Amino acid sequence: MAKVLVFAEANGDTVKSVTFEILGKLAGHDVDVAVVGDMGGNAVADLAKFGAANVHNLKGDNLDKYSPEGYANALKDFIGSNYDYVFAGATSLAKDLMPRLSGMFDAGMASEVTNFAFDGDNFAGTRPLFAGKVLAKVELQGPKPHFVTVRPNALGLPENPTAGAGASNDVAASAGEIRAAIKEIIKGASEKLDLTEANIIVSGGRAMKSAENFKVLEELAEVLGATVGASRAAVDSGYAPHAMQVGQTGKTVSPSLYIACGISGAIQHLAGMRTSKVIVAINTDPDAPIFTKADYGIVGDLFTIVPILKEEISKILS
Amino acid sequence: MNIFVCIKQVPDTETKVTPNGDGSYIETSSIKWIMNPYDEFAVEQALLTKAANSGSTVTVVRVGGVKDTEALRTALAMGADEAILVESGDNLDSYMTAKALKGAIEKSGKTPDVIFTGKQAIDDDCLQVPQLLAQMLGLPSVSVVVECAEDGGKFTLKREVEGGALEVYEVNSPAVIACNKGLNTPRYASLPGIMKAKRKPLAQHSLADVGVADSDARVKYSNFQLPPEKPAGKKFDAMDEANQASVVAEVVKLLREEAKVI
Repeated sequence: MAKVLVFAEANGDTVKSVTFEILGKLAGHDVDVAVVGDMGGNAVADLAKFGAANVHNLKGDNLDKYSPEGYANALKDFIGSNYDYVFAGATSLAKDLMPRLSGMFDAGMASEVTNFAFDGDNFAGTRPLFAGKVLAKVELQGPKPHFVTVRPNALGLPENPTAGAGASNDVAASAGEIRAAIKEIIKGASEKLDLTEANIIVSGGRAMKSAENFKVLEELAEVLGATVGASRAAVDSGYAPHAMQVGQTGKTVSPSLYIACGISGAIQHLAGMRTSKVIVAINTDPDAPIFTKADYGIVGDLFTIVPILKEEISKILS
Repeated sequence: MNIFVCIKQVPDTETKVTPNGDGSYIETSSIKWIMNPYDEFAVEQALLTKAANSGSTVTVVRVGGVKDTEALRTALAMGADEAILVESGDNLDSYMTAKALKGAIEKSGKTPDVIFTGKQAIDDDCLQVPQLLAQMLGLPSVSVVVECAEDGGKFTLKREVEGGALEVYEVNSPAVIACNKGLNTPRYASLPGIMKAKRKPLAQHSLADVGVADSDARVKYSNFQLPPEKPAGKKFDAMDEANQASVVAEVVKLLREEAKVI
């Protein structure tokens, strides 16, 4: 049976949900978790609940905040030859860190798989390419450990997780030389979940007509606990920042509900959101391509429909 | 400064992508190729850095097929000084690509002061090459960069993370910087630029020339297929004010009871 390490990010007691998705999928394997920097006791308990045998907490000078080199050096020493596979959620941090770490082992890495399985000790994953226009089977070869990142919201949480022992263990780690270091963090405008992690997304397109008009989407998002996104047309017109862009040159998302408002559905946008579980489209053009991907389409003006939608949803949620 | 830019040539974003006959990759015969959109920001940042540091050169490196060398010509026409092409087949994995880039940079005889790349290629979407290349060359790297200032070889970089938050990095040259959209506004190639590009040096190497062998393959792809199509959804007409409220109520009910997502 393959020895697997899952790299997790903990913010105090909170562990990113994608970690639990990965642990759930790895049920039946011998799975440890590694966290760099401080973590809370409840985080360890949650990780155990989803199957972690051991939770290794790597601590040392300059490891209290992220740096690509510091985290990679600490994890490299810890991993050594102890694991066959290293998994991580495809978060901003892990997408930066894992390629460097895999390079330290001259090892292969499969990025952002949306599903995977093991045949004996051999991993096989499915991953979207061309922003989801096609899917392919991905396998890894060459030196171990092999590295895999998993797209958030793709696997889903297990309904009946198998618990692990969750033995917590502090590991003294060294960050080594850090040449690229964070001097400061500037908070984003939004405290909401990032688009790639959001469970519900309300997105606006060219028909929004202005940045101010996004307020109508923000109000709906507020009621739903959703994150607001935008199409490339809206971003290129200056209505929204690139951080909000969904599509091939923006973010690829798979929330459980995607509400597309005034988005026609260019091929590069559809590629970035088509794996959403349920899609609602609101557009005045009944022939807009977005309707071909929508589970529920409303032919109408977003500026009249979205406020009614907000009222209806707040009624049933209250 | 010796400034390097690594670029990739990818199918245009509006291209309809279909698997090839045996599912080993996509059908590439009728594709319009473009420079990877994120790499345009890398080329522009290289040119801005060159302009601020007299005596600098910009060398643009690409690993890929030779069906079309549009991307390299575009970079030269934008103002890069010379180009290196490492010939390979389609869909080389990230490890081999990074190793080939490393080999090509070393073979150029110039020691890089800074290497700009796009944050990801929009074909395989792996987001690995910049960090792998940095690791292979023993350099620091900062990825998803949306702001870049340079003063005397010291870079101050803003990296975009979840929720639009920014991490501010300071790093001294040499370093690898992976660029995101929003970093700058890439220039268009001028007509004189396009004419001049034709006379600029373009070196060509094989993978073997830059030290890459078949045994360097780390990722094996197969079974390329289109994602499953969804069954047709339900569409409601709410152009008429009279039925807007009932249509919205119906959709909300379906979201609640049929789709169970709210």
